Amino acid sequence: MKLAYYPGCSLHSSSKGYSDSFVAVCKKLGIELEEIPDWVCCGASSAHSVSHLLSLALPAHTLVQAEKMGLDMVAPCAACYQRAKFAEYEMLNNPEMKAKIEQVIEMEYKGKSRVLSVLEVLSMIEEDKIKAAVTRPLTGVKVACYYGCVLVRPPHICNVDDPENPTKMDRIVALLGGEPVDWPYKTECCGASHIFTMKDACLKLGRDILQVAKDAGADIIAVACPLCHVNLDMRQTQINKKFGTSFNIPVVYITELMADAMGIDTSDMFRRHFVPVEIKRQA
Amino acid sequence: MSAAAQHPNITLYTLAQVEKVEGYIGNFEVTIRLKARYVDMKKCTGCGICETKCPTKVVSEFDQGLGKRPAIYKPFPQAVPNKPVIDAANCRKLKEGKCGVCAKVCPTGAINYEDQDQIITEKVGAIVMATGFDLIDWTKYYGEYGGGKYPDVITGLQFERLVNASGPTGGKIKRPSDGKVPETVVFIKCVSSRDDTKGKAYCSRACCMYTAKHAIQVKEKLPNCDVYVFYMDVRTPGKAYDEFFERAKKAGAKYIRGRVSKIYQQGDKYIVKGEDTLVGQNVQVEADLVVLANAMVPDRDAIKTAQIVGFSYDKDGFYTEAHPKLQPVETNTGGVFLAGCCQGPKDIPDTVAQASAAAAKVIMLLSKDELIANPMIAFVNTELCSGCGLCTKICPYRAITLETITERVHGHEIKRDVASVNSGLCQGCGACTAECRSGAINLKGFTNSQILAEVEAACR
Repeated sequence: MKLAYYPGCSLHSSSKGYSDSFVAVCKKLGIELEEIPDWVCCGASSAHSVSHLLSLALPAHTLVQAEKMGLDMVAPCAACYQRAKFAEYEMLNNPEMKAKIEQVIEMEYKGKSRVLSVLEVLSMIEEDKIKAAVTRPLTGVKVACYYGCVLVRPPHICNVDDPENPTKMDRIVALLGGEPVDWPYKTECCGASHIFTMKDACLKLGRDILQVAKDAGADIIAVACPLCHVNLDMRQTQINKKFGTSFNIPVVYITELMADAMGIDTSDMFRRHFVPVEIKRQA
Repeated sequence: MSAAAQHPNITLYTLAQVEKVEGYIGNFEVTIRLKARYVDMKKCTGCGICETKCPTKVVSEFDQGLGKRPAIYKPFPQAVPNKPVIDAANCRKLKEGKCGVCAKVCPTGAINYEDQDQIITEKVGAIVMATGFDLIDWTKYYGEYGGGKYPDVITGLQFERLVNASGPTGGKIKRPSDGKVPETVVFIKCVSSRDDTKGKAYCSRACCMYTAKHAIQVKEKLPNCDVYVFYMDVRTPGKAYDEFFERAKKAGAKYIRGRVSKIYQQGDKYIVKGEDTLVGQNVQVEADLVVLANAMVPDRDAIKTAQIVGFSYDKDGFYTEAHPKLQPVETNTGGVFLAGCCQGPKDIPDTVAQASAAAAKVIMLLSKDELIANPMIAFVNTELCSGCGLCTKICPYRAITLETITERVHGHEIKRDVASVNSGLCQGCGACTAECRSGAINLKGFTNSQILAEVEAACR
């Protein structure tokens, strides 16, 4: 399987570990990735607050590049994925909007390339293949899989998993030998980019997510979105300070967990985290 | 029902299923499967000793999964006839050949393990559909409410059993999980009703009133219990209905206008998160018991039954009335009438009114010696009809059949098939006239030439 890789701005900067681990895990599992040479910003979250057309044209530009490569496009960042999926949905279902978008990007979308999320790519791989690649199983590690709000929603567009109780990440954790915990905050909002303008409200959201994960007995939180990661990992110290809590829960990308379980060197990836990552396996 | 069973002019078939309906208004022939009961109704006195001795216990359908029943059982305490039946899927004697306790204890020898289904036919003049409703399976649509994994998030019908004196708790309101008496009860209305995205677009009509009743019942039985009702709108039109809703509020039920976004367990409490749209704030309630008012949907076999009898139903599976305002109890098929929730969600008074109207319509039909039929029906020009039979397949009322006619052509007598319209069944829909390739079928009053003349006039 070969896919066009759309890293987006985050995976080239703040969440480099997500990119590195995703690329390494794909290599291990026999998925060839080719970065789209001329990818542009997906527009999240600013474009769709100012112009509906702009918010669709930006990701459409990148999607058409992938189509020219003759490949489906994978966008690991949840925001890139959702914006690109919106563009794909509009272009496949709304001929009027498709014409407008094509006029803006000066290219034609034939409807052959599809946008894939990290959840879809991971669930395409057979169970045995993942199991066989695991060399250091996550025995006894309790993982709270946190999907966030945009990865599985809105359901009629994203349609990758149950929008209220998604389980695709939990399945991966189980295949890695870990214990996915059943917790109710899988799809609660972390506040995303509102952290810059409404910090207090977002810190409370982060606190609630960390608290419910801790109450559910999680040792570690797995995410699949750079913003979820920032709001739970980088902001954890601020949350502790504001609310007088003492959370010390590592927040890792699901692909970093996979990489770690598959024996890939994760020290450089984990070095970039604010909460020190320690995966306590049971003997 | 017991009065109906006693009436000399009424034959009641219970545990029976209609398999085939033939004929037409005033002249139906109905094939009925009388299912095997394994209990001889003539010998059984309904003493109930078999029910107490049966060693098999299965989940009770009538108690909505909250209680157990034996494999030989009466469906509910007031069942008609008030005599037990054996549930063949769960009876050890019928499944494995062992046990036979009920036959041993029966004082009248009424148990018959060899009982078989019987097929009978009845001739009737009219049919009243009253197949009722089911509650939608909310667990499939509401993952945010736990999707059925929390034992204390129950349906209104389950709550109905909890407060019923003959229910599994003897009428005491207790949580199904641990039997604890709840200190806080949350009711959520419109769970899958008025929710086009996830459930059904329509209002189920009865929920506002039964939720008000449930709230009052909680406050009466447990005066110190906190009761919250989350609602979108309170829809209580009808005589004394709004007063009843006010009574629920006076009794202490706290009505919160807003949807619940999530329910999850924390310790032995359930955290109910929602919004109060009148204050514009998020609310969070720590509840012991959550009761959902789910959408009414047609009986699970409703569509199959409509196809057997031969009339139309809507996209949700509710039976379609002939006219929403002027013929609300008739179907488009002559002689078939509607009563109750099979036609659409409604409460008990409306159901009784509609059922009475349907009965009156049947009496009007059967009391006359002659039928007044719609004159605008299809007729066949046999000279043009080629006997292809396309119209027989398209007719939704099964009103067209092929019949053999004899005619003289070039001095020879020949026999051929032509379409024939049963004037009792034809409802004048016109499907056959559009389907007929040789233009042999026309609708009286709406013939092809009449319609073309209208088109010509309209285009002038």
